[in-house]
Amino acid sequence: MELVYVICVGVLTFSGIFLCLRGRTFPVVVGLTMLGYAVNMFLFSSGRLHLNGAAVLGKAEQYADPLPQALVLTAIVIGFAMIAFVVILSMRARADLGSDFVDGREPPDTSKMIDKKRGQA
Amino acid sequence: MSLFTVVALLLIGALVPLLTERFGRAINTLCTMIAPAIGFIYVCSLIDNVTSGERIVEYIEWIPLVGLTLSMHLDGLALMFALLILGIGLLIILYASYYLSDKEAVGRFYSYLILFMTAMLSIVLSNNVLQMWMAWEVTSISSFLLISYWGQKSESRKGARMALTITGAGGLALLAGLLLIGQVVGSYELSVILASGDLLTHHNLYPVMLILVLLGAFTKSAQFPFHFWLPHAMAAPTPVSAYLHSATMVKAGIFLMARFYPVLAGTDMWFLIVTSAGLITLLLGAYVALFKHDLKGLLAYSTISHLGLITLLLGLDTKLAAVAALFHIMNHAVFKASLFMAAGIIDHESGTRDMRKLNGLWRFMPYTATLAMVAAASMAGVPLFNGFLSKEMFLAETLHQHAFGFLSWMIPVLATLAGIFSVAYSMRFIHDVFFNGDPIDLPKTPHEPPRFMKVPIEILVVLCIAVGIFPAFMVGDFLATAALSVLRVEELPYYSLSIWHGFNLPLLMSAIAIVGGLIVYAYRNHLYRFQSQFMETDAKHIFEGAVQRIVNNASRLYAMFDTGSLQRYVAALLTFTIILIAQPLFGFQNAFSIERMQPISGIEITAAVIMCLAAIATVVFHRQRLMALIAISVVGLIVSVSFARLSAPDLALTQLSVEVATVILLMLALFFLPKKTPSESAPSRVVRDLGIAAALGGLVATINYIFITQPLASISEFYLANSKTGGGGTNAVNVILVDFRGLDTLGEILVLGIAALGIFKLMARIKLAMPTTDVRGRPWSTDRHPVILSMISQGLLPLALLVSFYIFLRGHNLPGGGFIAGLITSIAIIQQYIAHGVEWVKPRIKVDYQNFIAFGVLIAAFTGIASWGFGYPFMTTWFDYFDIPVIGEIELASALIFDLGVYLTVVGSTLLILAHLGKLSTPERPKVES
Repeated sequence: MELVYVICVGVLTFSGIFLCLRGRTFPVVVGLTMLGYAVNMFLFSSGRLHLNGAAVLGKAEQYADPLPQALVLTAIVIGFAMIAFVVILSMRARADLGSDFVDGREPPDTSKMIDKKRGQA
Repeated sequence: MSLFTVVALLLIGALVPLLTERFGRAINTLCTMIAPAIGFIYVCSLIDNVTSGERIVEYIEWIPLVGLTLSMHLDGLALMFALLILGIGLLIILYASYYLSDKEAVGRFYSYLILFMTAMLSIVLSNNVLQMWMAWEVTSISSFLLISYWGQKSESRKGARMALTITGAGGLALLAGLLLIGQVVGSYELSVILASGDLLTHHNLYPVMLILVLLGAFTKSAQFPFHFWLPHAMAAPTPVSAYLHSATMVKAGIFLMARFYPVLAGTDMWFLIVTSAGLITLLLGAYVALFKHDLKGLLAYSTISHLGLITLLLGLDTKLAAVAALFHIMNHAVFKASLFMAAGIIDHESGTRDMRKLNGLWRFMPYTATLAMVAAASMAGVPLFNGFLSKEMFLAETLHQHAFGFLSWMIPVLATLAGIFSVAYSMRFIHDVFFNGDPIDLPKTPHEPPRFMKVPIEILVVLCIAVGIFPAFMVGDFLATAALSVLRVEELPYYSLSIWHGFNLPLLMSAIAIVGGLIVYAYRNHLYRFQSQFMETDAKHIFEGAVQRIVNNASRLYAMFDTGSLQRYVAALLTFTIILIAQPLFGFQNAFSIERMQPISGIEITAAVIMCLAAIATVVFHRQRLMALIAISVVGLIVSVSFARLSAPDLALTQLSVEVATVILLMLALFFLPKKTPSESAPSRVVRDLGIAAALGGLVATINYIFITQPLASISEFYLANSKTGGGGTNAVNVILVDFRGLDTLGEILVLGIAALGIFKLMARIKLAMPTTDVRGRPWSTDRHPVILSMISQGLLPLALLVSFYIFLRGHNLPGGGFIAGLITSIAIIQQYIAHGVEWVKPRIKVDYQNFIAFGVLIAAFTGIASWGFGYPFMTTWFDYFDIPVIGEIELASALIFDLGVYLTVVGSTLLILAHLGKLSTPERPKVES
């Protein structure tokens, strides 16, 4: 199980990082969300993996470690706030700068791409 | 009174001139002089103690934990410098009062001057080398401020910048040297360092330490090849030149060499470097001085030459040479300061400093001329004046050294040559300015200066003569004490301070110098002609050019890294991270210690496969944004399911509700953003990014595997054991959140609230074009609020609220709590927005979500504070069980109120974000605030 778990964490990290390296804001936001999952799972696993051991007293024989759970719980909520902030920031950037490229301006060497995009819009 | 008080008094004294400036020049000057005068009197009162061999030391514990103490001391060397600094400083203040015109901001000038005085005094009094270095840097800064006092002139600005760059760079080298010395000796206390004997000279790092310290000393004392900044510092007002750039600050480097003489000198390396630098500086300065037509330029190069002379003396391998060096420090300060002041008077009264115009001033200002002539004779080394005595000692010492081995005979010869030029330029100062025909179109008709402007010069000139005639009486004890503290020996070798030593070689050398100097001066026109064949180089241009080049190269280098491309930054950062993470893993053996592994079944494998496929799908379809969004929501769903499976019900509930909120958020964002990502990444970049991502994914998975298979020693046993008894709840996760680590949670909801408010602010005034069609150009459906959805969601709302209330209440004992309940409530309300539209919800829910956040955070904080009221520490929980008829026993806990705060903040933040973002897509978009 541990092996499968870490493979999942690895794949999520891979996808998250790759998307974070894209040039447009939306894939970056999706990438950050993905990376958020990976990080939360990574942190969560520091309490090791347990089956049938919810940390509610009297409900199991061996309890899972409650501390990483508590920390990850708040991390999830704060992660949501962070994603929301980045989303609004990218919308604001597009509104103010006229481009959804991460640098706030169109990349200089892809003038053709810009034309294509304009054709769509 | 103590040494610290003197320095503190001076520091306060730096403010006095600014405050008293409005009362007129005379009062301002007098008030400015108070602090230095008190300091001078106090130091004078200590002369007897110090000359009788006492060494006054004072300590203040500053940061004892890291071994930092402030400490001051006063020994012979420090005493000599302290008297020079304070004494000449007082005269300079008086002089400057007349020198600066009425229109100039004299308060600022005095303030800088006192600041410098404080710093310089701190250098010489410091018993801690780091403290000394700090003061050292302050003198560089105050010198910069004083040189640039006439900031409207380009030459002032450039001269100031050059001086600061050179002395500042030297200061950094000095810091490195002092740190090394401190490390080697094990203490930064000067007394410990000076008592360390041969430890430093025998250390492997000795050459490094020596060169670093000498770099500091040579830059400050304008030794070759760093001498060029000093002539440009002459752009400062003349009192500054007299004080900083001849009498005191430039002697700081000499002071440093004298201070570290017992522990750094005595090696071949010291003699070779210090002697050569001193000799070259001595000759170069004396030669160039003769060709300067500017009065101050002549004095500047003469100062360089004399500083070289003192350095040379410190480099010679005899104890008497050090005595001579100290003697010359005093004498030079006295006669050079008076010469500068005389030059200032000439400049002030005749309007020019050009010696080609200044001639025959004897007739206009005979009194000043006499004073200047005495000082100049002292500079030339004419008998009966103080300069003669130390120069004689210098010439005698050049005969007794072996630094250059078989070529050591060169030193006395070159010293005599420098003496010849020294006499020649002194002669020029006297003859060219005061005699030699009539003045040539001077801007003003010269006359004697105001009475008190001459007083400082008179005092110094009297000293020149008194020391010159009665040396042993005037400075005998004083010099001996200083020499003892420099050499750190029990007894000084014999020397005699008197005018007449009989006919000997040094006297002959002096005579040759005087006669030779007169001859050189008489035939100076030939020399001028010879010199005029050389190209005139201006150090200013070379320096400014060098600075420009460095700045250009730095900008180019910077432009290479700072391309403005976020992608490049992130890639570079991640690559660096990969290196940092991977490097320790290479040395890791037996990483996978097999603990008890959890069994795996088909369900887990299926979930894992779906999650990985969905993650890959997100990457593959990332340019079709809606597809990517659907794929990532699958990932999020599996994440929450895995939490549930892996014994974390609270996490599963949170993740699930956050997942819903995230998808709604991203859907809303997608409405305003382009629906597709253009394909614009070059194939090479895609490969690079895949490489980085794969490497990091692999590394993270490896590390995760390493620690997940290690035995666990967790502090959670405590939480589990005390959850019920101490926190009154059986759900350990919730008890940790609201009780054990409640302060963390308080911080976290605060962050959440701040993020939400930040988002709210970002949304105000946003100008977004609302798309009317989807990606294929089809118009949006006109049926914005399907009836079935509205009906069902309306019915669901009370149910959802009930569930969230239930989840909230049971949170303390069973999975649930404020965070989860808050998210459920938010989603239930958001669903109403989706189903009915903002227009429908708005009149029905009349609350301000910002208030929710504020109340939530306040409730949580006050729950914590309330425990103070009962005499307990912040955030102590209280709980008890009550028996209520019909319902049965219930538990009431203060943690529940805290959780309410969490709940309100979460609801407020989530709704503030989602509802306002949603409003943007409707005619109800928030009005632009003022």
